Amino acid sequence: MSLPSKDMMAAIAATRFGLGARPGEIEAARGDPRGFLEGQIRREGADLPKDDGESAPTRYAAFADYRQERRAARRETRTPAADGDMKPIPVVDAPPNANILREAQKEAQRYLREKTNADFLARAQLAADTEAGFRERWALFFANHFTVSSTKQATAVVIGPFEREAIRPHVFGRFEDLLVASSTHPAMLTYLDQAQSIGPGSRAAQYAARGGRPRRVGLNENLAREILELHTVGVDAGYSQADVTEFARALTGFSVGRVQDPDIGAFVFRANAHEPGARAILGKAFAQGGQDQGLAVLKTLAADPRTARHVCSKIARHFVADAPPPALVARLEKRWIETGGRLDAVAGALIAAPEAWDPTPMKVKTPYEFTISAWRAIGGRPAAFERLNPILTSLGQKPFSPPSPKGWPDEAGAWASPDGLVKRMQWTQGFAAAVADARDPDALARSALGARLGEPTARAVARAETRREALALLVMSPEFQRR
Amino acid sequence: MTDRTLSPSRRSFLAAAASLGVSVSFVGRQAQAADGTKKLVVVVCRGGMDGLSVAPPVGDPGYAALRGGIAMSPDKALKLDDTFALHPSLTTVHALARQGQARIAPAIATPDRARSHFEAQDVLETGEAKVYGADSGWLNRTLEVMGPGKVEALSVGTTAPLILRGKVQAASWSPGKGLDEAARLPTLLQDLYKGDPLLGPAFARGLETEAMAQAAMTALAPAQSMAQSMSQPAMNQPAMNQPGGRPADNRQGREAARKLGSTLAGFMRQADGPQIAALSLDGFDTHAGQVGQIATRLTYLDAVLDGLHEGLGPEWRNTVVVAVTEFGRTARVNGTQGTDHGTASTALLLGGALKRGGIVGDWPTLAEPALFENRDVAPTLDMRGLFKGVLIDHLGVDRAAVEKKVFADSADAKAVTGLV
Repeated sequence: MSLPSKDMMAAIAATRFGLGARPGEIEAARGDPRGFLEGQIRREGADLPKDDGESAPTRYAAFADYRQERRAARRETRTPAADGDMKPIPVVDAPPNANILREAQKEAQRYLREKTNADFLARAQLAADTEAGFRERWALFFANHFTVSSTKQATAVVIGPFEREAIRPHVFGRFEDLLVASSTHPAMLTYLDQAQSIGPGSRAAQYAARGGRPRRVGLNENLAREILELHTVGVDAGYSQADVTEFARALTGFSVGRVQDPDIGAFVFRANAHEPGARAILGKAFAQGGQDQGLAVLKTLAADPRTARHVCSKIARHFVADAPPPALVARLEKRWIETGGRLDAVAGALIAAPEAWDPTPMKVKTPYEFTISAWRAIGGRPAAFERLNPILTSLGQKPFSPPSPKGWPDEAGAWASPDGLVKRMQWTQGFAAAVADARDPDALARSALGARLGEPTARAVARAETRREALALLVMSPEFQRR
Repeated sequence: MTDRTLSPSRRSFLAAAASLGVSVSFVGRQAQAADGTKKLVVVVCRGGMDGLSVAPPVGDPGYAALRGGIAMSPDKALKLDDTFALHPSLTTVHALARQGQARIAPAIATPDRARSHFEAQDVLETGEAKVYGADSGWLNRTLEVMGPGKVEALSVGTTAPLILRGKVQAASWSPGKGLDEAARLPTLLQDLYKGDPLLGPAFARGLETEAMAQAAMTALAPAQSMAQSMSQPAMNQPAMNQPGGRPADNRQGREAARKLGSTLAGFMRQADGPQIAALSLDGFDTHAGQVGQIATRLTYLDAVLDGLHEGLGPEWRNTVVVAVTEFGRTARVNGTQGTDHGTASTALLLGGALKRGGIVGDWPTLAEPALFENRDVAPTLDMRGLFKGVLIDHLGVDRAAVEKKVFADSADAKAVTGLV
């Protein structure tokens, strides 16, 4: 397979591997397009967004306060009805301190929402500003691979900390470390219900039985199943329900510090919730061993060749094509196996693979990629969360809210919908109206697309009636919608 | 441009419905007036809806012990027969059942047994025996075999669900700004997309659909002033729109869901309106604290059905509605007052076109030896059999085409007969 020209490779480096070209970026990559990307790989991981830097425990403590205030407010504003249910009291009749509590609760809710929104904005600004677009795209890929979502309220405030603490430091390290970091992070443990899972034969279950509450405690297999299905070996790996249940038993005790604990909001291992006994999972035996048992299963899964295949296929699908060339997947897989799952080496193999440099752009940008690349094209950044939220929500990619643990879809069919394209156009009209007047659209077309700029688009931009129309045509052009 | 766009109130309640996880897809646009033709609505409840909560078998001797703290007490449930009742949130469904216009299929499943949401939803929507058996949805293939007439697919909610993806280009529409008639951009872009096999057709369909939706919506009865109650908080709170909020939120949600149902009915009664529609309702993955969550979701489902029933008016007698999910949940309560991924669940069948009757399919009971793999309700009915029966007997789709093209490899799933 022969490589395209240096000019074309420079354009591909910035737009397919990266997040879209900022003015001057393609020029900078032209001398050595592969070196330009390789230079972005670094052992210490991806960049950290410039958010408030609060840790997951700090955020959890804030969330716990909010929950307590909410409970107090509800107690004050409800009275028991005849059937025992609590009924709300109308605001006008409520005792005076109830209204104060209600206000305090609203204030707390607003405060938490603003934290989450600020995290998202900081991440988007990093994506818009960075000179290492490939490094950021690589981090975003793994953030989506290990999805946590604000569709669960308790998870929302820790998505930013999750990416900062569990994902970004490890994306160019060993996959095993990434898997362990994700599977022990409070965000994942709450999002997939692991924090409350209790071994049926554990001491905690025995106490509960003695206290007459045996049904209040038990196993929850959500995280175990999704680690197998989504994070590691993949759904077609041939595991059974018994494997899922055994893995869920091994993970019992992986939990999050509660309000009354000293380490509120941090990972804790609750030995008395752990199911005693040895386990057999995917044909392998795991000795009894508390926390180490769950960690041993995670390490075994990370080293499983089916995990290499599953994750490498996803990488190839994300970066290159919805149906990636098998030769490309094989190269990534080979490098993964050779290095024991070193992700910096796999990233290097992707850059080295000739299949990744096919000049035909096969991927349609997701709404996030689309909007970020529009800002990058003009050398700008989104100034406020409110600039991002409406467009991403209406295009079906609401901030921090993937619909399921599978994360955002990665295929053109999901995003290039008739309604989605009309909405992209409507947003582009507003975007162009706001930013086009001081800019030269022909120059922007060249700096944003380089050698990927086709003759019909160049001509349409040049012939446009206004700068706004010209910029809108560029942003909506088939070349710009794809990568 | 204002008279060509949707009224803000209508857009905002549809937007509010979307924020509840409800979305609608239309397929099968008719070339003639809609009244008098057979109509089908498929509701996909995503996340693994707990059949034992939808229609709790309170008369089954195994029920109370298996369900423990989340068991429904028989005096709260809405009685159907000696074994089954309906969840108290399903008041519309219950009222229809008493008129012989709603039935349950209490042990139905897709052929998939992997207990994976994504696999099972794929199988449900493609109608295949195995995962990745096809990349088109069975409703889309139904359109193909129903003939080369003027067919149209439309989903409300930006992205088209797999059930209607396929050869017949699926349009999609969601509440937005409307089109600026003065701008040249749409025309210029259509020109730029001319040679593009993906963007070209999709964009053209998007422009047509926006125009069609505006026409269809303005032809409906004037909207009540929903603007205040449906205003934006739910949409602008990505972190905070968890199902199961306060009663006031539920009332608002119920009203938005009912409006969505009646709006869908309005579309279906339009000349050129869709004959077939698909709806999605998500949020049924109740691993923990299930009782409140499922009550909220079933309230929305019931409200959509209520709006649909009311909006279709006399056309209800020509309609069948099927509500299904990708899998049921464990028969036993888990350790966190929820349930984990299971196998068979309950499907709801509704419509004025239905024949009166008892449960659809057999009830395997909840006796321990009868449980599938000692944990789930055992499947006794293949979902494809139900779909096939409805397509053949209700929509009048050619039997051979259904067997060969829509549900290939489904010989072991016999079409359920006698439903209509």
